[in-house]
Amino acid sequence: MSREVEDLNRRLLRARDAMDRAYAEPLDVRAVAAVAYVSEAHFIRSFRAVFGETPHRYLQRRRVERSMFLLRETDRSITDICFDVGFMSLGTFSRTFREIIGETPSSYREGHGPMVAPNCVQMWAMRPRVAAATATPAESATQSSSFGEAGAAAAPLA
Amino acid sequence: MLTRLNVASIYVLDKQEALDFYVDKLGLEVGSDFTQGSYRWLTVRVPGQPDVEINLEQPGPPLHDEATAEQLRELIAKGALSGLVFHTDDVRALYETLQARGVTDFTQEPIDHFYGTDMGLRDPFGNAIRVLERKTAAAATA
Repeated sequence: MSREVEDLNRRLLRARDAMDRAYAEPLDVRAVAAVAYVSEAHFIRSFRAVFGETPHRYLQRRRVERSMFLLRETDRSITDICFDVGFMSLGTFSRTFREIIGETPSSYREGHGPMVAPNCVQMWAMRPRVAAATATPAESATQSSSFGEAGAAAAPLA
Repeated sequence: MLTRLNVASIYVLDKQEALDFYVDKLGLEVGSDFTQGSYRWLTVRVPGQPDVEINLEQPGPPLHDEATAEQLRELIAKGALSGLVFHTDDVRALYETLQARGVTDFTQEPIDHFYGTDMGLRDPFGNAIRVLERKTAAAATA
């Protein structure tokens, strides 16, 4: 019994790692679920049980974290940054950023400069927090076969 | 006044499998390995740095009751417990060596930063490992 739980956790972690690696690509939830060797519906359900948020929400916050990094550390335009981190439209990026951070990307950029911390520490520590209870029903829906922003071509995940 | 870090512990799911990974794949050496009753004290260390040891600890008796051990195992497997950071003098060469030894669980291939080049991987159980090749003072100011 316990071995099964450990094994599933390890595979879900591998899928989460895949999202951390390939956040910039158009990701399909089916492809990420395949990393964990589970069906799409089972993946969304068990990921949420194990990590406290849906895969979609996890990836969204990884993308927002990476955009915050680029806003702080580079002079790239907000449109470029939006596509750099895997969003497919500026509208979705701006709305998601505002929802999660509470201000627009440009006002965030004005208020923040480069951070003195290694990249791995930033990825580890700076992903915006979320309470599991705040995930909306739409996000936990299991019918969706994409992460919302993803285009038709899903990135292959090794 | 404390003078030196001597031993730090990480949790693994299986000591023998940990030994195979940390020594045969990652390239550490065995520090201590002796068994007292049913308990095996097993440490590994970086070759050339004999005074800092990593204790490979396995949840279960005699340290933990079964329910506690089960909780720990689930946390290990979802990557919520331990992590290690190492330095190397050539991270790209090490990346290739690890691949040649069959390591596949990389979380990040080597990437250059202003402070050096690093990569990330996981041990077989879910623990995070980072490896950094620090930029030398000369290269950093060049």
